[in-house]
Amino acid sequence: MSMASVSRLGGPHPSGNRQALPPEKDTRRRSTPYLLLLPGLLWLGAFFALPILTLSGTSTQTRAPGGEVGEFIQTLRLANYWEAFDRYQEHFGRSVLYAGMATLAALLIGYPLAYMIAFRGGRWRNVLLVLVVAPFFCSFILRTYAWRQILADEGTVVRTFKWLHLMPEQASLTATAFAVVCGLTYNFLPFMTLPIYASLERLDHRLLEAGHDLYGGPWTVLRKVTLPLSMPGVVAGTLLTFIPAAGDFVNAGLLGTTRTQMIGNVIESRFIDLNDYPTAACLSFLMMAVILVLVLVYIRRTGTEELV
Amino acid sequence: MITERKSTQKSTRKSTQTGSSLSLRGITKRFGSLLAVDDLSVTIPKGSFFALLGPSGCGKTTTLRMVAGLEEPDSGEIRLSGLDITHTRPHKRPVNTVFQSYALFPHLDIFENVAFGLRRRGHKKVQSAVMDALNLVELPHLARRRPGQLSGGQQQRIALARAIVNQPQVLLLDEPMGALDLKLRRQMQLELKRIQTEVGITFLHVTHDQEEAMTMADTVAVMNRGRIEQLGTPTDLYESPATTFVANFLGQSNLLPGLRAGDLGRDLMVDVHGNKLRVPRSRVRSQDNALLVGVRPEKIRLCATAEFIPENCNRLTGGVVLDVSFAGVSTQYVVRMPWRQDLTVFSQNLGVGERFPAGSTVTVAWEPEHTFGLPRDPIGDGPNHARADSRGS
Ligand SMILES: Nc1ncnc2c1ncn2[C@@H]1O[C@H](COP(=O)(O)OP(=O)(O)OP(=O)(O)O)[C@@H](O)[C@H]1O
Ligand SMILES: [Mg+2]
Repeated sequence: MSMASVSRLGGPHPSGNRQALPPEKDTRRRSTPYLLLLPGLLWLGAFFALPILTLSGTSTQTRAPGGEVGEFIQTLRLANYWEAFDRYQEHFGRSVLYAGMATLAALLIGYPLAYMIAFRGGRWRNVLLVLVVAPFFCSFILRTYAWRQILADEGTVVRTFKWLHLMPEQASLTATAFAVVCGLTYNFLPFMTLPIYASLERLDHRLLEAGHDLYGGPWTVLRKVTLPLSMPGVVAGTLLTFIPAAGDFVNAGLLGTTRTQMIGNVIESRFIDLNDYPTAACLSFLMMAVILVLVLVYIRRTGTEELV
Repeated sequence: MITERKSTQKSTRKSTQTGSSLSLRGITKRFGSLLAVDDLSVTIPKGSFFALLGPSGCGKTTTLRMVAGLEEPDSGEIRLSGLDITHTRPHKRPVNTVFQSYALFPHLDIFENVAFGLRRRGHKKVQSAVMDALNLVELPHLARRRPGQLSGGQQQRIALARAIVNQPQVLLLDEPMGALDLKLRRQMQLELKRIQTEVGITFLHVTHDQEEAMTMADTVAVMNRGRIEQLGTPTDLYESPATTFVANFLGQSNLLPGLRAGDLGRDLMVDVHGNKLRVPRSRVRSQDNALLVGVRPEKIRLCATAEFIPENCNRLTGGVVLDVSFAGVSTQYVVRMPWRQDLTVFSQNLGVGERFPAGSTVTVAWEPEHTFGLPRDPIGDGPNHARADSRGS
């Protein structure tokens, strides 16, 4: 390939010149992609690799004997990890459970939403998409606080539920796991909806017509054609929802109680309130590991690499 | 090989009962202000190979989609074996389509693509039915591949297998050869014709390739602007076109403006710039006084001015050869008539008779029975209108 272009370039020159040209050109061509990657790599190094390294350093430190609060020395103590995991197992479990439930709920809401916008949106499509991301114009904290109002004992939701006898008289929704999952679902819904919309939007409608033509009713075509073809969007959406939801601490903090705390809350309080940096660092790494394993298993199971 | 024969024979017998007549009555479809299909009526007999031929945008796909149920007509009625299916949902119609774009499911392998329709209807012997269909299109070895790994021609055959395996009452084909190169297309045409004779299903084939329609179909309907201009066997359409559109869309025609000048019983006499031409009365498609007299380029013979021409032949004198192009089996001449109209003449290279160089003065002659008379329409109708006289000027 390069020989061909070189000989074309060097057409009028005698053959001696030809050989001098390639090496120089080749090295430049080969190094171009790396040069283009450089800014990204620098960014990644400065704001990801370096912090990860220092954090892993912190994770094996122990409190300096007789030192002040927040003073630690490096002792390479790996048992920190086990102790942290042992102590906060419950929180890990809750993180995965709440994030999982929120992801499922977001999928159940987001898929039909994306489907309606993509297939029935017509000329309102863009307006509807803006509405999906509109909540981002308002602060995350503020929106989460709003859920306190929505689920408050005097609120319409609770009163309606009670009126319908779906809830006992004394019960409330605030400060429950339900409220936390609601908050997580709500806050991460756009991350679910948008990738699904993107994959539905570029779906070839002629394939759906072929499905109908081959005796598939609306429901069958949805199950056998639309859904499998939109799997890349579903996988992307669930990952974009699950990963941040599992690490979230705002929803559990504002809408839950101490009994609904997630791992994010523990890390936050260890870092900020208790100055227990090693435990917080250990928990961060453990959470990363848990998410990584879950994601890998999930991607394996859904087999998205086979899709277009 | 032997088992394959057997299985196809079996399906032949079964489907001669399933092939059914399809009739459209007064079908109209608008897209906004655009009239895509205009009061179209046609009956397609059971087991026939019917071609819908027309230029791009004339409403062929739209017509097919209405039969498949993917589009609903604004008015009119579609009947299949006498049953009204105008408003039946597509998945409830015993009709299958080979799409213009194939539309194979990319997430399923070839086997599952072909099995799709069978599985939806709970077919008992999916495995053997699918393999029979794949054998029919001669691609059983590709069963476990994905559509993306197939060539265009292979995809086209799989699309055909996927439709035919369901033994529909009518098979709809929307330019299934559109994406193939010429050689492969000719080969697939023969293949398709063979398959149609084998399975005996009614084929409704849409194309804008006149050669394709002529070689494959029993009946051809020429469509223009949402209407059927003429319907008949390929020979009928070619030998006696009913409109200038058909005359120019199917092959080439020389169309000469003339006026009625007498009645000879079986023939009409038409005056074309002072030349009296005979036109068989049965092939005159107009009541008007002003006519277009048509003759196909290969029906015309070029003669030297002094040459003897039988008395009853139609002839036009004073032509000058403008252009000669040799094309192997035939030579194409462009002859300019004294009234500045150019005629196209194809002359077979038989090795007898004279060859005329450019600039020679000639007389053009042809048998009266090869003449047809068309109404003169004021607007140029269709892309090839009066191609004969636009050439070389
Ligand atoms: N969904 C649609 N909305 C609006 N106009 C349409 C639609 N489908 C088709 N048309 C118009 O209807 C006319 C007929 O279209 P159709 O697809 O039937 O043409 P066709 O004969 O199949 O042409 P081709 O040979 O190019 O495939 C065209 O003018 C086209 O622009
Ligand atoms: Mg079309």
